[in-house]
Amino acid sequence: MRAASPLRLIRKYLSIIATILLFVLAFVAASLKYKGFGTLQVFFNMLIDNSFIIISAVGVTFVIISGNIDLSMGAMIAFTSMLAAALTENLHVNPLLTIAIVIAVGALIGTALGAIITFFKVPPFIATLAGMFMARGLCFLISIEAISINDPFFRAVSLYRIHLFGKAFISINVVIMLVVVLAAIYLAHFTRFGRTVYAIGGNEQSAMLMGLPVNRTKVLVYTLNGICSAVAGITYAFYMLSGYGLNANGFELDIISSVVIGGTPLSGGSGYLVGTVFGVLIQGIIQNVIAFNGTLNSWWTRIIVGLLTLMFIVMQRAFSAIKRKGSTSTFEMKSE
Amino acid sequence: MVNDRVLLQMSNISKMFPGVKALSNVDFDLRAGEIHALMGENGAGKSTLIKVITGVDKPELGEITLEGNIIHPASPRDAQKLGISTVFQEVNLCPNLSVAENISIGHETIRYGFINSSDAKAKAKQLLKQLDVDIDVTRTLADYSVSIQQMVAIARALNIDKTKVLILDEPTSSLDAYEVRKLFDVMLKLKKNGIGIIFITHFIDQVYEVADRITVLRQGKLIGTYETNTLPRLKLVYSMIGKELENLDSLSKMKGELTKRTEVEPFMQVKALGSKGSIQPFDLEINKGEVLGFGGLLGSGRSEAAHLIFGVDIPDSGTLTVNKKEYRHLSPLKSILNGIGLCPEDRKTEGIISDLTVRENIVIALQVGQGWFQYIPMKKQYEIADKFIQSLNINTPSPDQLIKNLSGGNQQKVILARWLATHVKFLILDEPTRGIDIGTKAEIQKMVISLAEEGKAIVFISSELDEVVRCSNRMMIMRDHQKVAELEGDKVNLEEVMQIIAGRSELEKA
Ligand SMILES: Nc1ncnc2c1ncn2[C@@H]1O[C@H](COP(=O)(O)OP(=O)(O)OP(=O)(O)O)[C@@H](O)[C@H]1O
Ligand SMILES: [Mg+2]
Repeated sequence: MRAASPLRLIRKYLSIIATILLFVLAFVAASLKYKGFGTLQVFFNMLIDNSFIIISAVGVTFVIISGNIDLSMGAMIAFTSMLAAALTENLHVNPLLTIAIVIAVGALIGTALGAIITFFKVPPFIATLAGMFMARGLCFLISIEAISINDPFFRAVSLYRIHLFGKAFISINVVIMLVVVLAAIYLAHFTRFGRTVYAIGGNEQSAMLMGLPVNRTKVLVYTLNGICSAVAGITYAFYMLSGYGLNANGFELDIISSVVIGGTPLSGGSGYLVGTVFGVLIQGIIQNVIAFNGTLNSWWTRIIVGLLTLMFIVMQRAFSAIKRKGSTSTFEMKSE
Repeated sequence: MVNDRVLLQMSNISKMFPGVKALSNVDFDLRAGEIHALMGENGAGKSTLIKVITGVDKPELGEITLEGNIIHPASPRDAQKLGISTVFQEVNLCPNLSVAENISIGHETIRYGFINSSDAKAKAKQLLKQLDVDIDVTRTLADYSVSIQQMVAIARALNIDKTKVLILDEPTSSLDAYEVRKLFDVMLKLKKNGIGIIFITHFIDQVYEVADRITVLRQGKLIGTYETNTLPRLKLVYSMIGKELENLDSLSKMKGELTKRTEVEPFMQVKALGSKGSIQPFDLEINKGEVLGFGGLLGSGRSEAAHLIFGVDIPDSGTLTVNKKEYRHLSPLKSILNGIGLCPEDRKTEGIISDLTVRENIVIALQVGQGWFQYIPMKKQYEIADKFIQSLNINTPSPDQLIKNLSGGNQQKVILARWLATHVKFLILDEPTRGIDIGTKAEIQKMVISLAEEGKAIVFISSELDEVVRCSNRMMIMRDHQKVAELEGDKVNLEEVMQIIAGRSELEKA
């Protein structure tokens, strides 16, 4: 038997290595070009400004690994943050109870979508598109106007700074994000649920024949995604201190492209959460570069993200070709 | 040790699919501690019966009892919980997971809320060791050959505690003799422990080697259940196909005619073609009007040699000469343009297009060869499809059935038809008869020889030596990724070939 060769490990983690490398290179390049870019606080700001995106992207990573898709995240973030605002401001519900209710609602909507997809065999693209319209509609059912949040608890959380390494600081949202990412890594790699998600993405029919709980797991993936959307919505409410039906527009596409840039192929079956985090952060760098530059139109973010996404999809194709090539030239020996 | 305690009893099972009565009023019983073979032609309903037991398909009619209790498994998961462990036809594992994960998934031990991965690896290694397979279990399943994947699937089925019934649907179709031996050892051991085993295969010898009883199905109907030692082989074959097996003498006569022809016209010349880590450089001449057999054990490099010739894999030494042009290597497209076709071994991933119909799957290669602008008229397409459905005895309600609804062996026949339908000048057939019933096997062998008579060059690869020997005018023998001999004329006989494969040429050298 051969030991795991370093080359093989590199091949296994090729796409995630590429993502992290791209992030580091882009950060270094931007630091060299723009004075004041290469500081800890700029990096922390990227985490602060993107924590809700990362939280939602974590949920979507599970969906994509299982070979499915979700388009409702942007609308769900808008709706859940709106719901949080309405509960605390209009109905004066206790803020902690508000958070619990919002998460429960997110879980419920996710479960419903998952059940529709799994048991009625509605293509996920269509079911979640409907979910997206519904969530946007619900926003305006709550209120046509923006609701600003004045609840003291929400304000306190929003403004709290956690100082790290001297002057640099992060927000509570960043802590929440880190907890979500760690919990997700545990779920993905150390539980039966996570294994089953990868198995379904590899081959759903086989997973069923292997006796795995395919239907239950598919529904649970959407439940988890609904919870992530709701947590993202709450952190978004902390970040914005308001709720509005037109907020978080187009987030779903930013999120999906982050997951892809993070090395999870849209065909499912593989991918890592750490990759997703860096996928989001790469977009964060682009936003920051545009801000530092000052003359570039912010639409450049979209253009560059679009190009990067395409590049990564092409790269993943190439990688899987390499992997296949690597396997045909190795023939196994039988012990006598 | 067969005791007569009935473990699993199925009575009056019927299952309909649109246009097909896959099972009609079938009775079947399995005793504790017996190996019960299920036999029948392609499409007879064997896999459907298995899918009914395991809850994949729900029967319209009938009752299943396990140890006297009526059961209604709704999914393979339910069946596993009841103690029914299954290896389905074709490898059904997840290619993206590691070998250890494939074996352990769903049964992992959990420690402090975490999956115990080292335990899973150790367990996987130990289970594979029972089958005498020693591989790196941390590698992705897709890295391994079909036969290793099949062994992994078997190891997974053995992993389930409290198994009462073990079902093996054509587990041996892609295994070599040694691996089959190991599997049988394990089966015999399980049998001693009182486990009931249902074993499906098209290899009659294997059935007579291990089975206690045989149940035969034909066109979804139960023909009978027999004690193996009271059923003569001819009678078994007769009950399977409903007629006497055709005499194979006509085949050797056909081949004799072919061999007698004096002038051979070369189609392709292969010089020192090789690829590091895959195949040692070899020379080969491929002639028109000849069947060239590749012999050797599984994993000896037969398929790899074919892949190098066709250009699926790129050689790093040597040349190929076709149509007076010399190439360093070909590519699948270049090969097709030169009139070369390859019918691949791994039909599940390289062969069928599951959402197209039988007709579309048959004509697709022909259509590509003609270019997309010369559309083959519908009437012609049906003619071609009907011709092959007839001649290869493809069991389908109509040419418009989706191929994924066909039985495993019938899918294989469709792939074969696809390549037989093309106007290629040189056809490589890699394991064309895998999983195909004995009646049709002879038919396919006949077709191969008549294609050569028409002047085509054929390479015929098969693990079943007698089959290669029966069809080939010439044979290349491979061992350990190396060409070790080339035989012609009278030398192409079973004894000679077996000796060389076993390593005689090395003895001669010494
Ligand atoms: N999902 C399906 N839809 C329609 N027809 C089906 C379906 N599954 C099986 N059949 C049909 O049922 C019949 C029995 O198929 P089955 O797979 O049981 O055959 P088998 O005996 O296992 O053959 P093989 O030796 O080729 O594996 C075939 O005619 C097949 O076409
Ligand atoms: Mg079958």
